[in-house]
Amino acid sequence: MTTLAICGGRLVDPAAGVDAAKDILLKEGRVAEIAGHGKLKGKNGAEVLDATGLVVAPGLIDLHVHLREPGQAYKETIATGTAAAAAGGFTSVAAMPNTSPVNDSPEVTRWMQAPERGAQVRVFPIAAATRGSKGEVINDYAALKAAGAVAISDDGRPILKDGVMRESLAAAARVGLTVIQHAEDTRMTQGASMNLGPVSFKLGLRGMPPEAESGIVERDIRLVAELRESHPHLHVAHISTAAALAAVRQARRNGLRVTCEVAPHHFLLTEEHVGLYNTHAKMNPPLRSAADRDAMIGGILDGVVDAIATDHAPHAMHEKEIEFELAPNGIIGLETALGLCLRWLHGEWKMPLGRVLSLMSAQPAALLGLKCRGTLAVGSFADVVVFDPKAEWTYRATESKSKAKNTPFDGWPMLGKVRWTISEGRVAYASA
Amino acid sequence: MNPAITTARRPRSTPPAPVSPFPYHPGSLLSVLDLTVDGVSRLLVRATELENEDPIGRDRILAKRRIALLFYESSTRTRTSFELAAKALGADTTLVSSLSSSIEKGESLKDTGLTLRALGAEAIILRHNSSGAAWLLEEVTRLPVINAGDGMHEHPTQALLDLRTILTHLRPGVEGVAADTLAGATVMITGDILHSRVARSNMLLLPRVGARVLLCGPKELLPEQAARSGPGIEIERDFDAALAQSQAVMMLRIQAERLAGLQLDLDEYKANYQLTGQRLATHAPNAMVLHPGPIIRGLEITAGVADGVQSAILEQVTNGVAIRMAVVERALVADQGGRA
Repeated sequence: MTTLAICGGRLVDPAAGVDAAKDILLKEGRVAEIAGHGKLKGKNGAEVLDATGLVVAPGLIDLHVHLREPGQAYKETIATGTAAAAAGGFTSVAAMPNTSPVNDSPEVTRWMQAPERGAQVRVFPIAAATRGSKGEVINDYAALKAAGAVAISDDGRPILKDGVMRESLAAAARVGLTVIQHAEDTRMTQGASMNLGPVSFKLGLRGMPPEAESGIVERDIRLVAELRESHPHLHVAHISTAAALAAVRQARRNGLRVTCEVAPHHFLLTEEHVGLYNTHAKMNPPLRSAADRDAMIGGILDGVVDAIATDHAPHAMHEKEIEFELAPNGIIGLETALGLCLRWLHGEWKMPLGRVLSLMSAQPAALLGLKCRGTLAVGSFADVVVFDPKAEWTYRATESKSKAKNTPFDGWPMLGKVRWTISEGRVAYASA
Repeated sequence: MNPAITTARRPRSTPPAPVSPFPYHPGSLLSVLDLTVDGVSRLLVRATELENEDPIGRDRILAKRRIALLFYESSTRTRTSFELAAKALGADTTLVSSLSSSIEKGESLKDTGLTLRALGAEAIILRHNSSGAAWLLEEVTRLPVINAGDGMHEHPTQALLDLRTILTHLRPGVEGVAADTLAGATVMITGDILHSRVARSNMLLLPRVGARVLLCGPKELLPEQAARSGPGIEIERDFDAALAQSQAVMMLRIQAERLAGLQLDLDEYKANYQLTGQRLATHAPNAMVLHPGPIIRGLEITAGVADGVQSAILEQVTNGVAIRMAVVERALVADQGGRA
């Protein structure tokens, strides 16, 4: 394996509390050495990447993506999805189990991680909470963890039954896994295709009430409180409503291990972006009201939000080019997350760069229990993103590495351009 | 963290809402909002001119132009009047309905639209069960598309013909309209507002020519958000109180096909919201009665009221042909078109 030296850059490693001019040496897939500019010893033989004017940071970690394999390779494959991840600066992605078949077995979990899949960055499977994600019978979490699963979720579908959710939280706690809940009371969202409110009324579309999300989050928090002795960890996926975020905030005050993630579209867009039936603005949870969107921004800035996750959900073009109500939910997001977060969280709303990067690396690593990732401390995996923090550019969906182009951010201005993405010491992406 | 900090740090700027690219074609009529008040006025005037024109000369206006009627839902009034309107102007029409076409075999709306265009259709009149379908069809075909009802969303030609009918009674002799033409008039819409595209188009159109729109119905069929759809829209849940304020009373059918599991007590509904002869005589003896059809006699309206002297229901149907002649002409004749 090549030895790489990234020289002349600004090393920002929030987990290690570093923000300084440093060179960094990557050897045998690990961080071997960090030194002041020009002081790297043993650089002999190393390929040098000139990072002058660039930020060198831990590779980004997305704890919520859909890679569509096995079973839906026409939408995306592990190879194409991870190529998009690498282009977006991500070195680790956690893949949701709503594949075909559902990833509810050690066999599928291992299959997804096999070298034959051609992954460009590390894929961490999240295994289904219940058999077939049907919300009835919980899976063997110990076996799934042994096969490489990093969390448990029936994402795309909620676990509605109280008893099953309780059992899932308890069983996951026993093996030290997090339960990630897609919080949606589907009894309140039948036939709905956007947020319930004046906009859905005007468009003649059935709406999902915010209570469908917050009700499940509140129920789950009650269960976590009841199981307090066994220390379960509940993680709320793609949180989107002010009420649900308030519930998470309160749970944390009460000392419960409840975390949450927000997707860029939920802190940037509102139900108004559905416009006149733009299927690239259709996802679940839906784009919410401006008040909800503002609450997401507030939660990110004040720290109650633990991670930014993309909910990268590729669909084939023909699947989105149909009637709004019939179109599938979801948008791609791996190549726009960093550019949007830097432009809005850091650029517009003045969040320190280290905190933005922490939400996209150190914190998701901690959440999923990924050891030696999300940091560039010596000995860590050589997962690195090198980007130009000042570069402004325009995102073009047609140039995406993903098989899919379904995004509402086509043509949007971005801040911060990825120069190199290095996955365990190997250059997984280099900009032209 | 202190929640007070959240407010203090509230961001100043957020990404703007998108600007709509619709309609792509100036001849399209997707929503009543595509028309300015001037545009509405021109259509009303033109409808009367076309209605009065000699049928022999009239059929040269769109002679041999090709218009496709694409219907994903059943329809009597709308389909027939569009067809008669297009033919009265000399156009060739063809009807494609979902039950007797390749739509049954799974052909998408996009492919159906492109196929019709390839067959020479110069405009498409679309009735669809999914809200927003007309926007998709226009985007993919770039043809003039006339929305003949999309799901629960809009039915712009119905609102135009309702306006024409209302004007005949409340402003006799008035041809065109301006922002104050119906000032002082209250039009009430009663019943299943939630599922009604007729209600949405009317509540967006009528206030723009000065009318006050009063919505009436139970919470399940009339959510509070309805009043926030635009200016000039209010909710009055007491049917009798609403009747007493109204010069035009529009009744709507309960759309059983769209209730989606909603359970309604029909006896209670009738007790509270059925338009009966007695109610009408007591609270609105001079009001005109409208209904977009189909009527369910004995449910939202009694047979006596539907057939009574205050009823303008069949006038609405007749007005449909005149309005649709003007709308079809606008779609295909450049100088009658334009967003302005």
